[in-house]
Amino acid sequence: MNLHEYQAKQLLRAGNITTPRGIAAASVDAAVAAATELGGAAWVVKAQIHAGGRGKVGGVKVVKSLDDVRAMATKLLGTLLVTNQNAPDGQPVNLVLVEETLPIARELYLSLLVDRETERVAIVASAAGGMDIEEVAHATPEKVLTEICDPLLGVQDFQCRALAFALELTGEAYKDFCRLLPALYRVFIANDLSLLEINPLIVTTDNRVLPLDCKMSVEDNALYRRRALAELRDDSQIDAKEAAANAANVNYVALTGNIGCMVNGAGLAMATMDLIQLEGGTPANFLDVGGGATPETVAQGFKIILLDPNVRAVLINIFGGIVRCDVIAEGIIQAVKEVGVKAPVIVRLEGTNAIQGRALLAESGLAILAAATLTQAARLAVEKAQ
Amino acid sequence: MSILVNKHTQVICQGFTGKQGTFHSEQAIAYGTQMVGGVTPGKGGQTHLGLPVFNTVRDAVRQTGAQATMIYVPAAFAADSILEAADAGIEVIVCITEGIPVLDMLNVKAVLNIQAALRANGAKLIGPNCPGIITSGECKIGIMPGVIHQQGKIGIVSRSGTLTYEAVHQTTQLGLGQSTCVGIGGDPIKGLDFIDCLRMFEADPQTEAVILVGEIGGSREEEAAEYIRSNMKKPVAAYIAGRTAPKGKRMGHAGAIIAGGAGTADAKIRALEAAGVVIAHSPAGLGEAVQAALAAR
Repeated sequence: MNLHEYQAKQLLRAGNITTPRGIAAASVDAAVAAATELGGAAWVVKAQIHAGGRGKVGGVKVVKSLDDVRAMATKLLGTLLVTNQNAPDGQPVNLVLVEETLPIARELYLSLLVDRETERVAIVASAAGGMDIEEVAHATPEKVLTEICDPLLGVQDFQCRALAFALELTGEAYKDFCRLLPALYRVFIANDLSLLEINPLIVTTDNRVLPLDCKMSVEDNALYRRRALAELRDDSQIDAKEAAANAANVNYVALTGNIGCMVNGAGLAMATMDLIQLEGGTPANFLDVGGGATPETVAQGFKIILLDPNVRAVLINIFGGIVRCDVIAEGIIQAVKEVGVKAPVIVRLEGTNAIQGRALLAESGLAILAAATLTQAARLAVEKAQ
Repeated sequence: MSILVNKHTQVICQGFTGKQGTFHSEQAIAYGTQMVGGVTPGKGGQTHLGLPVFNTVRDAVRQTGAQATMIYVPAAFAADSILEAADAGIEVIVCITEGIPVLDMLNVKAVLNIQAALRANGAKLIGPNCPGIITSGECKIGIMPGVIHQQGKIGIVSRSGTLTYEAVHQTTQLGLGQSTCVGIGGDPIKGLDFIDCLRMFEADPQTEAVILVGEIGGSREEEAAEYIRSNMKKPVAAYIAGRTAPKGKRMGHAGAIIAGGAGTADAKIRALEAAGVVIAHSPAGLGEAVQAALAAR
């Protein structure tokens, strides 16, 4: 689950980390009031969306008068901001963050993330801040520094010093950085983050180190023990169909094709999408109703798939293990009647009680096509969607 | 022969008296697994499914001599259950639970790695977020449907549950059967990985060929390809799910994500092909692929 920049900075401040002073505003008047309260002669107005690349498309701007704060907030609030990271749909700007400006001498990059290869939290730093780190890593891998933290010890002082020297920090900036890193590690662990990215981390002209931007993702599996963070979920930032699926506890990812898919198990769900493409079609979604699919989850799945107006056919692929196929078939029949599915529905049932399940579908009198094999099911779906 | 578990393996269940633990223990017993008891804190001394219930894994191991455990404990408590089993000297820990916080798993792995370094027979963890392990006809520890399995010569190692069932179903239909099937799970931080299982299959006389089922995310399939190229004589067939998965989106499994352009299905397929692995391009072709791999030797 992603957080907004202003929320991430609140978590940093709660962890005794100094950030630029700023106030989030939901209206133009509130933005002007925020700038007035902050004082000074210049402010930065930042669109709050769950995507990077804001600066390049006018979502972040330094302004030098209250009139310009008003103009900038008016321009941003209530619009869809499209960046290179959320194209083509963009995301709505419901809040702007108004911050004090700081005199910048250098821009660095710093992030903490769970590294699956080493099975550790990794700290990634670079002197090439303000740029896309993946591009930096690709073009100039020697500019990307990594420290791996022992989960039983956390980040060690020698690791902080090593990075600080490599980033050529001196004096107060060196001290700031060596204090900052353990504090960031504590924030990362205490909030069950999967990513904490500061880009840029700035060195000011008076040689202090501060996070100018901050991006955080909270690990979904840990939300049960981070109730306060779970409250920060912003469904306006994700696809409406994905938000509905989240609410129904179904794994769903919206895609751009026209064949809706409902499958039990994540691997088989991906494999079904791949097979549709292999047969010349395009999947409209990824949907995993779970290894233990029930008639209820099948009905939920239909409702979510049919929120997508592009869907021309629905392919259901169930390998009945512990779940019996006849139970699933009944669920499908019930759901097709209840939800009023108009698109052709192609069903492949395999595994426990598959023969009984197929018979139930055939006798239902509904426009449900039972396929004997996975390949035949994909072919039928592609044909019906054309 | 087989790998990791067989008809002599004595198994306990953690979360024994819960709904999931009860159902899957019954299924395991019906399959012929040597279930010898279970653990539910606070219910020690009771009898459940005709077997003794213990308060702690230590008690269970002391009384029954169990070598393996299957964990059906909710995600919030599962990491602790894994550590408890490892501490009690269990050799094969199968964690079915989905949704364990990743930071908990970092701690679990750190402890297991230290244990493995200190003693010869350190615990082997399978999962979490996996269907479990089954040696066909002998020992079922997990949620897979026993009925589709048939004793035979194909070893299966997979990151996906239902795709494992596809592989099992097809190899049974073709009369090849399976030696042992290991569902290593869909989480990014997990116990046994492809290479661990490939090494055991290579050494197992019953296994004549291996099916590897991978998916997008991480680079363990590429590492497995390198291992196969330099260390394996037995033929391997593979399927990789997620060719059509978009970048940056998590596809159901916590570990199934293409991050920063790395971990794509195409890269994995290329690496495996270069290592001489027969690739199934459709999940319906897993059985035929391993048959072709066997015929080519």
